[in-house]
Amino acid sequence: MSEIGIDARTQAQTVKDMRRLDPTGRPAGDGGSVVHRSSRGKKLLVYLALVAFALVYIYPFVVQVSTSLKTNADAVAHPLAVLPDPWTTAAFARLADTDFPLWFTNSVVVTVCVTLGRVFFNSLAGYALARLRFRGRDAVFTAILAVLAVPGIVLLIPKFLVLNYLGIYNTYPALVVPLLVDAAGVFIMKQFFESIPPSVEEAARIDGAGTFRIFWSIVLPMARPAVITLTILSFQGSWNELAHFIIATDDPRLFTLTRGVAQLTSGGLGSGNQFPISMAAALLMTIPTAIVFVVFQRYFTQGANAGAEKG
Amino acid sequence: MTSADTVEGRDVVAGTGSGRSPRRPRRGGGQRQSGAGWLFVTPTLVVLGLFLVVPIVMALWVSVTDWTGRGSPFSSRVGFVGADNYQALLTEPGLSRQDFMISLRNTFYYVLGVVPLQTVLALGLAVIVNQRFLKGRTFFRTAFYFPSVVSSVAISLVFLFLFTGTGAVNQFLGVFGVDGPTWFSDPRGLIHLVGQGLGLWSIDAPPSGLAGTQVMSLSLWDWFSGPSVALSAIMLQVVWTTAGTFMLMFLAALQDLPTEVEEAALVDGANAWQRFRAVTLPTCARPSCSSSRSGSSAPGRSSTRCTS
Repeated sequence: MSEIGIDARTQAQTVKDMRRLDPTGRPAGDGGSVVHRSSRGKKLLVYLALVAFALVYIYPFVVQVSTSLKTNADAVAHPLAVLPDPWTTAAFARLADTDFPLWFTNSVVVTVCVTLGRVFFNSLAGYALARLRFRGRDAVFTAILAVLAVPGIVLLIPKFLVLNYLGIYNTYPALVVPLLVDAAGVFIMKQFFESIPPSVEEAARIDGAGTFRIFWSIVLPMARPAVITLTILSFQGSWNELAHFIIATDDPRLFTLTRGVAQLTSGGLGSGNQFPISMAAALLMTIPTAIVFVVFQRYFTQGANAGAEKG
Repeated sequence: MTSADTVEGRDVVAGTGSGRSPRRPRRGGGQRQSGAGWLFVTPTLVVLGLFLVVPIVMALWVSVTDWTGRGSPFSSRVGFVGADNYQALLTEPGLSRQDFMISLRNTFYYVLGVVPLQTVLALGLAVIVNQRFLKGRTFFRTAFYFPSVVSSVAISLVFLFLFTGTGAVNQFLGVFGVDGPTWFSDPRGLIHLVGQGLGLWSIDAPPSGLAGTQVMSLSLWDWFSGPSVALSAIMLQVVWTTAGTFMLMFLAALQDLPTEVEEAALVDGANAWQRFRAVTLPTCARPSCSSSRSGSSAPGRSSTRCTS
């Protein structure tokens, strides 16, 4: 990351130098001012575009926050207004009366289980595929890559049948187990383990450490950046998951946030549009993501690009 | 016991791996590795097998049987019917074929709209955020990427609110004297609306040549409807949500661009647009940057709602 930053800065410096050198060879005074003027115009244009896009990207979240603190009448009459008139926390109070707290708890439980499981199992498999020699390793890796290409949406109904067949439909395992492993995560871990020099492991092996011990106490701690990336991707993936939870349960006690809120706001509230309540629900389910995102921003961007390279 | 063979085989496998020191494993260690290797990948294989491979096989099998949805699709009472289901779906006029064709049409317009819009927006954002003179680039990069990590349910709720008939978007349009549609509940096709606006036809009385010709259970008039206003609103939401992800990919490509190339273009007197066309764009056109995958992945993200 920092390397790229330095690179960009030197690049910027060089470009600036080039400008000053006036490569077109025009008379110094005249040409210089032309370049100067056009770059100022360009700057203005870029700033204008930036402000417009920033507005388009930030305003919806501002509306979300302010509407959650409005009365329903105010929200309907003044959807563009940033400041609520009057201020009220009634929406949050009403939300607390629904099953929202239960859904939140379920989401936390599922997300924690899925994230821990994914980090552990994906690292195990990634390590085996990167380092351990066993018959059929290449075939296993090819199979995992092939699975990456299947669009999940067409498998929802057969997945439901499998869950039903295994007798775990409408249980916590049905919510968690199918999400415990993801092929993309295995791929990310494998790539990272391959970048670690094998000499350390060899030393440990000569000292008599077992394979799991080498993995657990030596290699995994060295893979900290990849583990953090994977943790964040898993957190985000399972916190935001909806389709799987729809087919894994129809028991309201097992609803997660996405499932519960989607149901609540599509008619579960009774009379009419209750925009402050739905905005409050949206806000509360966004906050954990926002906190993780701001704290671990660097790893999010890395994860996005790791995902990009796989395709 | 064929331990010697096993070791030989293992070495062959190791040889095909990425360039590693050609150390021969000691026999005991090698056997332990083989067991551990399979042990380590077993959880992954079991979960992916049960919840991905089995469903794939099941979906394929069910599609060639007369299974009614009750009982196990693998029971002996379920018969193999070959391509009958496919034939029924594609050749028999009826509601299921019509629904299928409508979904095909909608997907076609969806991809046609989302992929180019998303790519252009992402490229625009990346080029802007990549401007070196800009202050607070990190902040804006974060702001543009943030929707990509937020739950699609939360984003849908916000968009449903913004795009109601008297919502924020229509109030904003009203400032410019535009009377906005009811967005998410408006089933009229965009091409139909544009044609009516140009005076080519009236939506209430479509031209009989188009409305009277049926192709695959759908009239030509319906085929060429364009995306409905409701679908367009969904497309806007998806473009808005996912552009940040592709922006990051474009940014990575832009930052990989060797300084010399841009300098060379500058020395050759290329202006800003020429540099963008001849340097920036080809850089971003590398395969890793292509956003065509979004066509298949984005509907999954926004599958919380159905459209007309």
